[in-house]
Amino acid sequence: MPAASLTAIRSFVATPPPSRPAEPVERKRAFAFKGVEKRFGDKIVLDGIDLEVPAGQFLAVIGKSGCGKSTLLRLLAGLDRPTAGSLTFGTEEEGHSRTRFMFQEPRLLPWASVVRNVEVGLTGIATGAEARRRALDILGEVGLADRADEWPSVLSGGQKQRVALARALIGHPPILALDEPLGALDALTRIEMQQLLERIWLAQTFTAVLVTHDVAEAVALADRVVVISAGRIALDLDVPVARPRRRGSAELARLEGEILDHLFG
Amino acid sequence: MSLQASTLVARIGRNGIGWVLPVLVIAGWELASRAGVMPANVLPAPSAVAEAFWRLLLSGELIRNIGVSTARALSGFAIGGSIGFALGLANGLSRLSRGLTDTTLQMIRNIPHLALIPLVILWFGIDEEAKLFLVALGVFFPIYVNTLLGIQSVDPQLVEMGRVYGMDRRALFFRVILPGALPAIFVGLRYALGIMWLTLIVAETISASSGLGYMAMQAREFLLIDVVVLSILIYALLGKLADSFARLLERLSLGWHPAFQNA
Repeated sequence: MPAASLTAIRSFVATPPPSRPAEPVERKRAFAFKGVEKRFGDKIVLDGIDLEVPAGQFLAVIGKSGCGKSTLLRLLAGLDRPTAGSLTFGTEEEGHSRTRFMFQEPRLLPWASVVRNVEVGLTGIATGAEARRRALDILGEVGLADRADEWPSVLSGGQKQRVALARALIGHPPILALDEPLGALDALTRIEMQQLLERIWLAQTFTAVLVTHDVAEAVALADRVVVISAGRIALDLDVPVARPRRRGSAELARLEGEILDHLFG
Repeated sequence: MSLQASTLVARIGRNGIGWVLPVLVIAGWELASRAGVMPANVLPAPSAVAEAFWRLLLSGELIRNIGVSTARALSGFAIGGSIGFALGLANGLSRLSRGLTDTTLQMIRNIPHLALIPLVILWFGIDEEAKLFLVALGVFFPIYVNTLLGIQSVDPQLVEMGRVYGMDRRALFFRVILPGALPAIFVGLRYALGIMWLTLIVAETISASSGLGYMAMQAREFLLIDVVVLSILIYALLGKLADSFARLLERLSLGWHPAFQNA
């Protein structure tokens, strides 16, 4: 990561945003699944999910392929509707339309410049010069201010995902849903992105729901890890490790082992 | 050779390389005519064609005929192209519209439009409408088929992204669907421009009292073979001009496309 972006992130972390709630974040509820079931035809993908997530929590959802973890995220973002059960949000306005989604692929518009792509995140919030100013600001925060007017096709995979992250966060969403957004990156870029994500999350205090198949990533980032197996919550585990966390520490390794045992035991 | 001069030569070489072959062919042709290998009543020498060009240019006949043909071509293109574009959009965006019209259109598409000439002459005589109808019908299908294809091939992941980010139907269309369909629409445009000239020339050759096709047919009756060859060369130039125009538009609007970034 270029030095400029690191300073940008540091200043970002140093000044807490004014919107930080005064009461402890654990009090308010971000969203809750109650007996949520989702079937496609005869196939039951989610089978009675009960999950309550407080505002500001970093939740990781793990499971093997096809366990329904991506479906859970799609329900949360309003891309699908549950077949049965209910999904409620903390307050009315924090509904589906205020949940932002980061996809596994960057999904940038190839015909729009980097800054215009970030402005997509302000659809219905701001336009014109105001949108551009805010987009340039957040591009600075992800360390890509100097690439603002380039086409996405010239960026590397990690840079594209940073643009996608900027696009997801520019509208200050209360909930950010992440569907394995780092899965396609190489190991080093991936760790860099995880650190960037953690820093921005600490500064902005949104609720993050990260679907991943990487247990190490889950325990490094999340406050709480949920394991889904055959459409049900098989394990719900807190990660009471202070931040900043040191990768490869014994504590994280123990938790990682516990989760892996559960997945394959 | 200095660096600047050599890059200049390289540039002329790149841009001019397409013209090397035509120039060689014309030079060989002139030589063959002068040497008497090629009889003038089969193919007149390029210099004779150039003389015919100059003669017709001075008399104003050439400009008038090119003007008439171009106006016909463009108005037929505007009519057929806009209907094709509108139907392509409608059928790409609405399942109902596609269900209603696509089968019919695909059936009509398989009729060679030039086969309709006898019917068109019966309907419209040899008036302007006949030419407009044929050109419009000819350009309709490439524009329709490629617009539809373009919209259907827009990455559904991008459309989903647009929805998640709260784009309404209008924003979704102008920011995601239309730009995504544009490369295919341009392919249709270039095909349509080729078909536009082809159809017009055939229609003018068969039934017209002005225009380039008419000029060529008149020249044939009076055995002015240099004028016939001149007309054919002008078709080639007009076709190339239309294609270059389409390519320019393509470059201007598809600057984001990797295929155009190093062009």
